[in-house]
Amino acid sequence: MKAAVLVFPGSNREGDVAQAIELVTGRRPQMVWHGDGDFEKTDLIVVPGGFSYGDYLRCGAMAAQSPVMAEVKRRAAKGVPVLAICNGFQIVTEAGLLPGTLMRNQNLKFVCADVHLKVESSQSLFTNRYQAGQVIRVPVAHAEGNYFADDDTLKRLEDRGQVAFRYCAPDGTVDGTGNPNGSVRNIAGVFNETKTVMGLMPHPENAIEPMFGGCDGKALFEGLVEALT
Amino acid sequence: MSLEKNPPVKLPNEPAITPQIVAEHGLSPDEYQRVLAIMGRTPTMVELGIFSAMWSEHCSYKSSKVWLKKLPTSAPWVIQGPGENAGVIDIGDGQAAIFKMESHNHPSYIEPYQGAATGVGGILRDVFTMGARPVANLNALRFGDPSHPKTRHLVSGVVAGIGGYGNCMGIPTVGGETNFHPAYNGNILVNAMTVGIAPTDRIFYAAAAGVGNPLVYVGSKTGRDGIHGATMSSTEFNEDSESKRPTVQVGDPFVEKLLLEACLELMATDAIVAIQDMGAAGLTSSSFEMAAKGGLGVVVELDKVPMRETGMNPYELMLSESQERMLIVLKPGREELARKIFEKWELDFAVIGHLTDTERMVLSWHGDIVGNIPIPPLVTEAPVYERPWTPTPLPAVLDAAKVPAPKDWNASLLALIGSPDLASKAWIWHQYDHLIMGNTAIRPQDGDAALVRVPGGHKGLAMTSDCTPRYVQAHPETGGRQAVAEAWRNITAVGAKPLAVTDNMNFGNPQKPEIMGQFAGAITGMAEACKVLDFPVVSGNVSLYNETEGRPILPTPTIGAVGVIEDIAKAVGSRLCKAGLGLVLVGETRGWLGQSIYLREACGREEGAPPPVDLAVERRNGDFVRDQILQGRVAACHDLSDGGLLVALAEMAIAGGTGLEIRLPASSVAPHAFLYGEDQARYVLASGSADEVLEAARAAGVPAVLLGYSGGDSLVVRDLLTLKLADIREAHEAWLPAYMNATE
Repeated sequence: MKAAVLVFPGSNREGDVAQAIELVTGRRPQMVWHGDGDFEKTDLIVVPGGFSYGDYLRCGAMAAQSPVMAEVKRRAAKGVPVLAICNGFQIVTEAGLLPGTLMRNQNLKFVCADVHLKVESSQSLFTNRYQAGQVIRVPVAHAEGNYFADDDTLKRLEDRGQVAFRYCAPDGTVDGTGNPNGSVRNIAGVFNETKTVMGLMPHPENAIEPMFGGCDGKALFEGLVEALT
Repeated sequence: MSLEKNPPVKLPNEPAITPQIVAEHGLSPDEYQRVLAIMGRTPTMVELGIFSAMWSEHCSYKSSKVWLKKLPTSAPWVIQGPGENAGVIDIGDGQAAIFKMESHNHPSYIEPYQGAATGVGGILRDVFTMGARPVANLNALRFGDPSHPKTRHLVSGVVAGIGGYGNCMGIPTVGGETNFHPAYNGNILVNAMTVGIAPTDRIFYAAAAGVGNPLVYVGSKTGRDGIHGATMSSTEFNEDSESKRPTVQVGDPFVEKLLLEACLELMATDAIVAIQDMGAAGLTSSSFEMAAKGGLGVVVELDKVPMRETGMNPYELMLSESQERMLIVLKPGREELARKIFEKWELDFAVIGHLTDTERMVLSWHGDIVGNIPIPPLVTEAPVYERPWTPTPLPAVLDAAKVPAPKDWNASLLALIGSPDLASKAWIWHQYDHLIMGNTAIRPQDGDAALVRVPGGHKGLAMTSDCTPRYVQAHPETGGRQAVAEAWRNITAVGAKPLAVTDNMNFGNPQKPEIMGQFAGAITGMAEACKVLDFPVVSGNVSLYNETEGRPILPTPTIGAVGVIEDIAKAVGSRLCKAGLGLVLVGETRGWLGQSIYLREACGREEGAPPPVDLAVERRNGDFVRDQILQGRVAACHDLSDGGLLVALAEMAIAGGTGLEIRLPASSVAPHAFLYGEDQARYVLASGSADEVLEAARAAGVPAVLLGYSGGDSLVVRDLLTLKLADIREAHEAWLPAYMNATE
């Protein structure tokens, strides 16, 4: 699997996800600078976490207008898979690749903590190594991860199986206790209609090794390798 | 430049230098006489400003210098001791750890968010200036009484500021400490520490070299913020200190992230001769220090400095403390290579001068000379004070028999573990990204030290910050010794070898003999501990005048420390995760209750001598514990400090979610002194092979006793106390969020 990881001024988890991909594939991904609208063809594009352009405007709003994102939109339209994590999720919603938006956390504070996620669907490139209903533990680290969409959009997402992950309690109960940021219906990650684009707030790339946060994120990358190699 | 020989021109509207202007610059009449002697004429305003900044306590260490010399600073693994931007130690495999701790106390009190944020920004720059990629941040915070009307606002702002800067930079904030005491009501402490990693053969220094080489300014533009920050930090507070808000700098972590990446990219080339960040006293101290260290002169063309606003004058440019700026001496002909890198990162880049052989700092402004100062005398003639001091007498030892036992044991533990100093600080560290970079092996609250993997291998760096100010207040020498010993113990408790220290000396007004006595005592104790424990001081910072209206803070010599473990898989945390482990108490328990948390929280008394620190015992016990960990006999380890044995056991149990049951060993020590006493050099080890640990302890001559075993969902001290872990956890975790969420 050949992967590209975008780098914006202010990206800061691009190294983490590159390291995770390298660990799983044995191959260092290509790092693509934000001004580079014409990069090598790859099997996967990753939009990483961070504070693109400082996030001084609405999070992700400026990055969504960058030359590299114009190219990502073209490739996504042709079906090239896009994995968008944290700030990446904010960027792709701003770019219109995924529905909904990420608002300020309900308590208005940055939160870094392990959370539990319920896998809603194993029927995708990104989640094929998980079982539907499985509970995994991965960290979040964000100040604007409060997912919101209007009721019609939410109904459509749920009817079409476009919810990828929901925040939950360790036993899988989906209620307020496991929700770190106030996301509507505990939504932590969503797919586009064709399930070739996935955005999520949590960081599977920081749950790859047993001593460093557990291994529950590893299956996401292994699943991608299986599907894209 | 032939103009160099001319006296500087006076700028339009430049005021005459009066005694009042001199005083406003924080220079004493005697210090001003020295200025006149060096200059041979009346200085211009910008020259006066430069003397004021360079001779401020903050930049010159004039009151502390004679004492700081007593600290041991060398060891075979020390590559760079104090005097550079940060200390450097060899951690093997061609890698160096570069680290320092620095205070941002006064700014954080005046404007907590920006004060704390720029404190983090400043210490990060100190470390990446030397070529290191920062891998971890820590912070040591001291706030006033929780009931003081400003405390909540200060906690909220400082924590948000630290998080706002560190999170955006993408550096994990992995550890620290937070205390509350009324002595900090009018003067909080914000001490920030950064640890970075660099190849040992790619370390960058500040000493300029090469006459004619270009002096390059990179980073943000210069604005009018932070003018006189160094001078402000060198005076006491009074009721109108808040009017000094304009002296607080404003941080931009996004720009600093760009600056970090751009500097590291330039450092990978061979273009740099010397590099220095612009911290306190901005362009003044950076250009001055680079030239002075290189034995050279420098011409600075101030009109070429990138400016944020129009109408700025040389005085403002030299004294601004605008953030996210660096000064670099490049090799000749490398300007374009460097310019391209900084332009790629959308940062300012300007050649603003060059090096000379005159040993003078010459400032020009649109072709006119506006300042011309000889560099060596400003360093050699700088005031150094041997301030008078009176030693703090050792208080009488408190007889534990005169301290009442708790009437209700369960209630006493719940009250202690839920008290402000011992309560969980999760509300704070959950606002810090402590996981980014994917190398955090021991997270906050999971061990005595934070543990971070060194990228590209199996080594781990352990790091901690520690100080027990109430001990230092009671007896500075013992307190200084204890602060170093406890930092050493923290590193040891995860299985790492303690290597070196950075110290952040926070004290009151050094012109008061009793304050100077605290400083002298603390240094004496620290020096002794550093010597016996082979734990040299490689960097540090002194913050004096931490007083408001004559009321000083508790003397707080914060110790930041770093250690290394060769195989990170062998490290242990303090979480009790498994039933059936033997709980072994290592070290001797005499039941020392003087200055203990129990005495303060349960009895409302702060008195007695602090626990004595026997450094030979400290070393023997610590070396034993580390050896047991590295031999794989230990599943969890916790050193005993605030709150003593019972609090340590409770912390281990709730962190790992496993209960425990112990029985007090036969002892002449009263139960409450045994359980809450704060004797030093002690650890609890949880071990699946406790017999082997006890046998090894006997062979090594280390006191060790089996207390009981892990298991169940309660904490039980036979015949005294039984508490559900859930109730202990509730008490531990409830206080801080409830306090912060309360409206008044």
